Amino acid sequence: MAFASPHITATAVEATEFPDLARKYQVSGVPKTVVNEEVEILGALPEAAFIEQALSSPRQ
Amino acid sequence: MSLLSAADQQKLREAFDRMTRSVRLLFFSQAIGCETCGETRQILDELRGLSDRISVEEINLVLEGDKAKQYGVDRAPAIAIAYESGSSEPGGSGESGESDRSGESSGSGGSSEASSTGDGRMSDTMKDSRIRFLGAPSGWEFVSLVQAVLLAGGRESALSAASLDRLRAVDRPITMQVFTTPT
Repeated sequence: MAFASPHITATAVEATEFPDLARKYQVSGVPKTVVNEEVEILGALPEAAFIEQALSSPRQ
Repeated sequence: MSLLSAADQQKLREAFDRMTRSVRLLFFSQAIGCETCGETRQILDELRGLSDRISVEEINLVLEGDKAKQYGVDRAPAIAIAYESGSSEPGGSGESGESDRSGESSGSGGSSEASSTGDGRMSDTMKDSRIRFLGAPSGWEFVSLVQAVLLAGGRESALSAASLDRLRAVDRPITMQVFTTPT
């Protein structure tokens, strides 16, 4: 997704190496995707659903 | 001592041989307080050895804070992926189905351009893929890293045309953080 849009940056975070980040976003199961610090996606979703959910954040 | 089996190395070599662009792995490290920096360095060195199109640039988070900030990196180990926008291809990708990626092909003013800070190590044609890895890319993350390198290296996106259209319409900054654990 990040490669397809100049506005998107995507970071894969290894949770056990950064426990403070895992705590900050309350990561208890993986994969967990956090978008713009507000939308959370737990687990894997089909492509279209994942993208829709990721882009559903209401804030600018 | 190699991390990858000979068979895996060969498979990767073949995949990397098909890349049409050079890829630079920017490795953000620090000398103290980074337990997995050594492992990360080893993994990246091994990847670099599998293709002439892959280079690794190590950037010390503490000593080169400006460059780290440029990539929005404040942790180590971290990897950012940049790629050479094709000098012979106007669009920078040349792959079918991506000829109208105007966001990528504009050579000026692009917010994703990572221009050199004057140290001469990065050419002005290196573009940021906006893909980052935080933590050592071992286990399943290694697969993700390889796929990200191949994507930056010119492989066609695995996303559907509809998805790509949807993403092209994005007009505000979006950060995505995907948390994983080593397998």
